[in-house]
Amino acid sequence: MNSNTKFNILRTALSIGIALLISFVIIFLTSKEPVTAIVQLLTGPLQSARRFGNVIEAMIPLIFTGVGVSIMFSANQINLAGEGSFHIGGLVATFLALKLSLPQGISPIVLILAAGLVGSLVTAVPAILKIKTNSNVLVSSLMMNYLVLYFCNYILSYFIKDPTAGSVVSYAVPETAQLMKIIGGTRIHIGLILAFAVAFFGYVFLYKTKIGYELRITGENEEFAKYSGINVMKITLISSLLGGFLIGAGGGVELLGMYTRFSWTSLLGYGWDAIIITTLAKKNPLYVPLAAFFLAYLRTGASIMSRSTDVVTEIVTITQGLIILFIVAEQFLSKFRHNMIAKEAKATLTSEKEVK
Amino acid sequence: MILNALLSPEFLNATLRATTPILFATIASSIASKSGITNMALEGMMLFAALFGVIFSSAFNSAWLGLLMTMVIGGFIGFILAFFVLKLKTDEILAAIAINLIASGATVFILLIVSGDRGVSSSIQSIALPRITLPVIENIPYLGAVISNQNILTYLGLITVFIAHIFLYKTPLGLRIRAVGENKDAAESVGISSKKIQYIALIISGVLASMGGFFLSGGYMTYFTKDMSAGRGFIALAASSMGGNTPVGGFLVSLLFGAAQALANILQMGSTLPYEIIQMLPYITTLVGLGIYSYRLMKKNQKLNEK
Repeated sequence: MNSNTKFNILRTALSIGIALLISFVIIFLTSKEPVTAIVQLLTGPLQSARRFGNVIEAMIPLIFTGVGVSIMFSANQINLAGEGSFHIGGLVATFLALKLSLPQGISPIVLILAAGLVGSLVTAVPAILKIKTNSNVLVSSLMMNYLVLYFCNYILSYFIKDPTAGSVVSYAVPETAQLMKIIGGTRIHIGLILAFAVAFFGYVFLYKTKIGYELRITGENEEFAKYSGINVMKITLISSLLGGFLIGAGGGVELLGMYTRFSWTSLLGYGWDAIIITTLAKKNPLYVPLAAFFLAYLRTGASIMSRSTDVVTEIVTITQGLIILFIVAEQFLSKFRHNMIAKEAKATLTSEKEVK
Repeated sequence: MILNALLSPEFLNATLRATTPILFATIASSIASKSGITNMALEGMMLFAALFGVIFSSAFNSAWLGLLMTMVIGGFIGFILAFFVLKLKTDEILAAIAINLIASGATVFILLIVSGDRGVSSSIQSIALPRITLPVIENIPYLGAVISNQNILTYLGLITVFIAHIFLYKTPLGLRIRAVGENKDAAESVGISSKKIQYIALIISGVLASMGGFFLSGGYMTYFTKDMSAGRGFIALAASSMGGNTPVGGFLVSLLFGAAQALANILQMGSTLPYEIIQMLPYITTLVGLGIYSYRLMKKNQKLNEK
């Protein structure tokens, strides 16, 4: 392990540690039962199989979106339309499940693929706009999210709404389309296995294939990529399509695994979560499940804490924000890093002398 | 029937009202962008301001003092963003996302401590800024009904468009901001400290965004609700971008969003036309507009390079 990797791990751990510490201080200052709250936050998810199941369930969509965003960010495509891809993925899966009657077994596969395809269209629009007109991907992708949200609301209200239900929700998705539960006593579904596969193949794609390599080069230095003969436009498009596909598929999986009706009438924030995951995982899909587990654990803990004490779940939203701030602040701990590298250099020098 | 509704003074009046918060944030975004930094933290700044507006106006028992303190907070968040981006070399987009996250959590947290409720601030006796009628203008038929009887912040917003325009294009500081945004190294070479200028631009941006946020809970509504900025900061980013990051251009685009929101509000109350479609309109328009604007800019730059 070189000093860079070591430093990265250390800095990530320290960032999380400091962010948690600040959050604990806030809890101590504001809560009447701070110790109970912190214990619940940290150990709550371990207290029963059902609660730990909640952590794993929450991990699944985070892995899909995290890998998707990692692929886009690796190509330096700051495309934030993942929020929209996820949302429309859920809608497409529901819509087709209600309109097509596919045989059991095939149904979820078709639905998830369709969700992914439509999801990839959502992230492709900003990419195409960028290629054709040079417009800012950040801005156009943010606009896509709202466009998708209102479009989904429209489809929900006018085409698949169940009038007998009390609120604005779709008809129930037929059981043949729902994802199989794989662990008794929890709601963990087969999507978990898919998610791990996505993380693994995402890693293989980014780090073991030629196109993945080109993608990362483009992300690091677009000019350099151009001069070395990489088709940057192609890379931009591929990264957006693939990223959007995985996120959209994640939306489909989440809906078919955890819901029986489509009830999303506002943006759920999975696109933003994915950015936290990507930051934690350093854009490497292989680390995404780990980051997703951490985030899911923190949130499940927070929700348990808020149910049994006077501390609200929003405290961990603050924690997440702080973690991002510390991890991406390049100058944070830079002196320390400098010393570490200097020490390592000295060590190599002396060992070389000894050899002589 | 819709055309009638569109031309009615009530609709145009509502449009100006709905435009106000977006307008402040759009100008905030323009000034940051002109200095070369994308301020995506507008969303969080507005949310913080909406909450602190309620708290301060109640604490000081004065809407104006509340606004003033909120602007100080807004400037401070702008400073924090600048500190992370400029001093700690944080990616500006990720820093902004972090600030937005913290805002959405911290506002609920603070709200609970101050009011005992985790969703609405109705238990806090806050004071909103008043609506005022403009003498003389209010008596002009049609125009009076459109322009008069608005919140005082709406007028302030319209004035801010002109002030920001003059500031950016007619003052030395404005010139420096634009110089740093155009070419940092060139600006440095003539003795402008680009960091200092960007700090100033982001602080101004924070102050302006906080005025938009204050309007949400102290004008548009009279209380704070969870996540009440509802994407307006992002809309402002788009409006400013499509308006070429100029205050006047941004104002025109933000009117579009205001109009769509006002129209959706009208249609929501009993109409056969789905208001979801209306809600989509400004986003489609922005995407298309942004595409056309960027395309022309790209062609212009290509021509310049050929010469």
